[in-house]
Amino acid sequence: MKMYLYSSFLSAENIEILQDSFLPLLKGVLSYTIPLTLISFIIGILIAVVTAVFRISGIKVLSAAARVYVSIIRGTPLLVQLFIVFFGLGNLGIDALKFEPFTGAVIAFSLNTGAYASEIIRASILSIDKGQWEASSSIGMSYLQSLKRVILPQAARVSIPPLSNSFIGLVKETSLASTILVSEMFRKAQEIVATTYTPLLVYVEAAAIYWVICFVLSIIQERIEIRLNRYVKT
Amino acid sequence: MISMKKITKQFGDLVVLKDINLEVEKGKVVVIIGPSGSGKTTLLRCLNILEQPEEGSISIDQQTVDFTKRITKKEVLSFRKQTGMVFQTYNLFPHFTAIENVMEGPVTVQGVNKKAARKKAEELLKKVGLSEKVNVYPHQLSGGQQQRVGIARAMAIDPKVMLFDEPTSALDPELVGEVLLVMKQLAEEGRTMVVVTHEMKFARSVADEVIFMDQGRIIERGKPDEVFSKPKEQRTKEFLNLINQ
Ligand SMILES: Nc1ncnc2c1ncn2[C@@H]1O[C@H](COP(=O)(O)OP(=O)(O)OP(=O)(O)O)[C@@H](O)[C@H]1O
Ligand SMILES: [Mg+2]
Repeated sequence: MKMYLYSSFLSAENIEILQDSFLPLLKGVLSYTIPLTLISFIIGILIAVVTAVFRISGIKVLSAAARVYVSIIRGTPLLVQLFIVFFGLGNLGIDALKFEPFTGAVIAFSLNTGAYASEIIRASILSIDKGQWEASSSIGMSYLQSLKRVILPQAARVSIPPLSNSFIGLVKETSLASTILVSEMFRKAQEIVATTYTPLLVYVEAAAIYWVICFVLSIIQERIEIRLNRYVKT
Repeated sequence: MISMKKITKQFGDLVVLKDINLEVEKGKVVVIIGPSGSGKTTLLRCLNILEQPEEGSISIDQQTVDFTKRITKKEVLSFRKQTGMVFQTYNLFPHFTAIENVMEGPVTVQGVNKKAARKKAEELLKKVGLSEKVNVYPHQLSGGQQQRVGIARAMAIDPKVMLFDEPTSALDPELVGEVLLVMKQLAEEGRTMVVVTHEMKFARSVADEVIFMDQGRIIERGKPDEVFSKPKEQRTKEFLNLINQ
């Protein structure tokens, strides 16, 4: 049994499949998985900062709007959001709402990231000592100036570790985009399996590639944290 | 220079300042003393509208805010620029170096160009004895040094009045002197200052007037010698006995 597994897994034939599938998978990573993650994350963070500021603004309409948005996104599955944006809106017959798969995925992932990250950013803003608001007010800064110059830079440092986790999570979640026909890595893997009939082999290969990406990202995360911590007593 | 009229401030049901009237002339130094919770910090924070009183009015120089009326954010901001505040816990911006802390007000609030702001900040840091520490982050400074940066930061916006809230009470005893020295220097230059402190020696040598507060009211005021040596009110006597022990 053991011998069988071993020989069947690393047979010459399988090694050839691994080699042949690597380039298409890598192409999926470079042309879809990484761009999809990066673009969605950047847009998501912008949405998150605005949402977090709305939440703490003390202006009722804004904080209520932010609350509803976060609640809806956090209370529904990402896969469902993806389907609503792509299939649901696409079926309305309004051209502006018929998205390319990639665009649809960016919209859904950005909105999703925006909601989760806004909670992280909100908590980080609230964790900054209130003396910092007072000090910036005392030299005449307005609310937005204090936020931009004093509070957000410090909140950024606090939120880097949890946000990096969100980013790494997003890399893996982009595999869901395979369901709306984005040719990212996992969809490529599925296509390969359809012709080779070696699901274990190819899916493990895909898993290994995800793992390498996340491993590299976690090293980068550490570097950034060290850099951001330079002005803090250790 | 400063005129507070009938200032009343409450937090919920708790009345923290009751009918406070205070006049400070240009170039004078007023020291406020009083037990914990008597409203000293709140009084200072009302002076730069970090807290908004419910009643009364405050004038600084030509500008007046009447708290019985609605006040716009713009009024608050423009009023606040007249005062510089020094905090008990320094509250320096930890992500900025010493000089960046001092430059922040001029650059961001007053729109001064960076070069001019840097030059001015260097002069201010020199004045507080920190020429060597210009490019150092707050966490690399001692408490006394941090507080001196805090004073330079507050001075950088050219305030008409300097407010100090127990500027030395978070410091190790051996660091208190260097901060008081800088404050004394400012007083000698003719700055108008309101200082909450329990440093009696400082109050005696620098203050033009000492104010004793208790339970949100001004109980007694006068020249430092009068208040410290011959207090008229029983509560002042008790308080002075307590802190002189
Ligand atoms: N933001 C706030 N909300 C509610 N109560 C407050 C607030 N700030 C101050 N107080 C209360 O107001 C009273 C006066 O406080 P304040 O800080 O002005 O006293 P203080 O004289 O500066 O005391 P200390 O010597 O301890 O600094 C206290 O009873 C305090 O608990
Ligand atoms: Mg106080």
